[in-house]
Amino acid sequence: MLDLFLYGVFPYVALALALVGGLWRYFRDRFSFSAFSSQLLENRSLFWGSVPWHYGIVILLVGHLIGWLIPAGVAAFNAVPLRLYILEITALGLGLLALVGIAILLYRRAVNPRVRAAGTAMDVVLVVLLLAQAALGVYTAVFVRWGSWWYISNAVPYLNSLLVLNPQIQYATSLPLLTQLHVLNAFLLVAVFPFSRLIHVFTYPITYLWRPYINVIWYRRSRN
Amino acid sequence: MDVRAQIAAVFHLDKCIGCHTCSIACKNIWTDRRGTEYMWWNNVETKPGTGYPTLWEGQNKYKGGWEVVDGKLRLRSTGKVRGLTNIFFQPYLPTIDDYYEPWTYRYQDLFDAPAGDDQPTARPISQITGQYIDIEAGPNWDDDLGGSPIYAANDPNLVGLSDEERAQLFQLQGLVFFYLPRICNHCLNPACVAACPSGALYKRAEDGIVLVNQDVCRGWRYCVSGCPYKKVYFNWSTGKSEKCIFCYPRQETGYAPACFHTCVGRIRYLGPVLYDADGITAAASVPDPELVEAQRALILDPFRPDVLEGARRNGIGDQWLAAAQAAPTYKLIKQWRLALPLHAEFRTLPMLWYVPPLLPMMGTVTEHGYRLDADELYAGLAERRVPLRFLANLLAAGNERLVTDSLAKQVAVRFYKRAQTVGDVPANKVEKLLARAGCSPEEAEQIYRLVAMPTFGERHLVPPFQRELAVADLVDPQTQRGEEGLGPRRRPHREF
Repeated sequence: MLDLFLYGVFPYVALALALVGGLWRYFRDRFSFSAFSSQLLENRSLFWGSVPWHYGIVILLVGHLIGWLIPAGVAAFNAVPLRLYILEITALGLGLLALVGIAILLYRRAVNPRVRAAGTAMDVVLVVLLLAQAALGVYTAVFVRWGSWWYISNAVPYLNSLLVLNPQIQYATSLPLLTQLHVLNAFLLVAVFPFSRLIHVFTYPITYLWRPYINVIWYRRSRN
Repeated sequence: MDVRAQIAAVFHLDKCIGCHTCSIACKNIWTDRRGTEYMWWNNVETKPGTGYPTLWEGQNKYKGGWEVVDGKLRLRSTGKVRGLTNIFFQPYLPTIDDYYEPWTYRYQDLFDAPAGDDQPTARPISQITGQYIDIEAGPNWDDDLGGSPIYAANDPNLVGLSDEERAQLFQLQGLVFFYLPRICNHCLNPACVAACPSGALYKRAEDGIVLVNQDVCRGWRYCVSGCPYKKVYFNWSTGKSEKCIFCYPRQETGYAPACFHTCVGRIRYLGPVLYDADGITAAASVPDPELVEAQRALILDPFRPDVLEGARRNGIGDQWLAAAQAAPTYKLIKQWRLALPLHAEFRTLPMLWYVPPLLPMMGTVTEHGYRLDADELYAGLAERRVPLRFLANLLAAGNERLVTDSLAKQVAVRFYKRAQTVGDVPANKVEKLLARAGCSPEEAEQIYRLVAMPTFGERHLVPPFQRELAVADLVDPQTQRGEEGLGPRRRPHREF
């Protein structure tokens, strides 16, 4: 019964919270959309935390996404053992990079009085959740072999079953306990998305690439 | 020709007494909120000195502004590709220690201290952390050459000065300094606007004021790195960038900006100029020594019929055209060629110009007292107190000729009036000086009038901004009462 709630209901609750909360925040409190950088207050350890964390986690997230979207391609890639090893070692390396990065960020947030003053309780909660997620991911990569292989046979059908509103929870509950926690924590992160600084992910300013450099606004005439 | 209007400003450095009234007026109105304590949208620096934030002029540290690479203008440290890939950490962002950690005092201790033999003290506490701090730096820490072996000796404008010139500058008996008041330059080619990946910064086309849209800003901070004058600041409490807004709410209601209005030395001039927006990129791309002239050429003659026609085509009304014709800024910048832009080599085409200071430049202290002699302008090194090189580095992108031209005209006006009022200057000397400066007696009279005894209205020409005709409605001031003044209509409080 608990499993049904955790893997059959909670993902939808998390997604609903993310959607409704995100839309509400976008339309009602756009001023609060910000990366809330504390680089002005602390520069050094931010570099060693932020850069490895972001590069590690962004590439890993894209990897998870690719595995979900084109499982057949990943399976074909992994058919040669050497390619599987290279993929797994790369992923583990990126996972360690992200883990070290987020640990430094948590240490910085806990110890530096300036950063503490600029932050909120939610910032600490979020960094702890992210640290747990990275640690559980690294655990899974090391002890639950081979992740990129069983991801296709377990995670992909589970995620697809969520998508078609017919949750097949046995795919998730058959995983080791700590890996299950990795899955649950991921949905928890989805749930806190709009209520934390995580929303900065959606503000990545990609439109910068095609807008002109100088931004001139006429306030007395509308654009033709 | 794309004629637009810009509220431009001129600061007359000879008249600045360094009283910081402008800074206080600005701070009291705009930056007394949490997260903005360290910001001084208007600040006054002592020159030579390292300024605020420390060494802001040294672009090898902060990499702000534009540079020309292979004939093309580009941002020095950011831009589209570098901006989006460096987004996790900004290599050239100043930290709070480059400004100073803002503090207050525990005044309540003075009242609560138990009776004792010692006088109670109010210890300083940080306005960021609330903890006790040892104050190590503050705004104007090097005011009036305080700590000059550390601060003044490291002024980036001393580049290219000989050892002899440097020694002369810091000789105790001849010690010399002047003040440099700074606000946002509201540039024609603003690097902060170009560097903002979110598109939150924009230049208003009708009046040229550069603003940050607080609802669009996502706190990436590229504007802070991009602005070579370090006049965009990051509010660490709201996670947004803020900058000098040229007191647009005051200007829109017909008042001069607070720092202009309160200026005790009456050094500040304000008024619209017309410029050709089509020529901006070309003017910002010429070699360093030609930058100031190219920028002057962008500013158009408001009496030329084709300029007036182009202006009307762009919706610039008659009141603005009349103001542009009467503006003190046009006269000082273009007509009389007295004013020069600050660090034109940053290539942002700043629209705040400075009349270079004459007195510390020219005067010498002798055993008989203070001496001012016109011929000293072109005399040897030993006679000069502030080397021309220094002023040229500061105000003319290294072009000494432009500084000399401005100073020669100021000298000519001074001796022309002295001949009139004191009468101890021979007429042929006045003629010689006027001829050398290319200045007619009528022009000298006009310069004297505008520089020495202008009225409030002559100094500040604020034409009607006509916000009632704006395409987007402003918020009803009656509903806005009681909310905080700047940007967002909600209180700038972080809920997440």
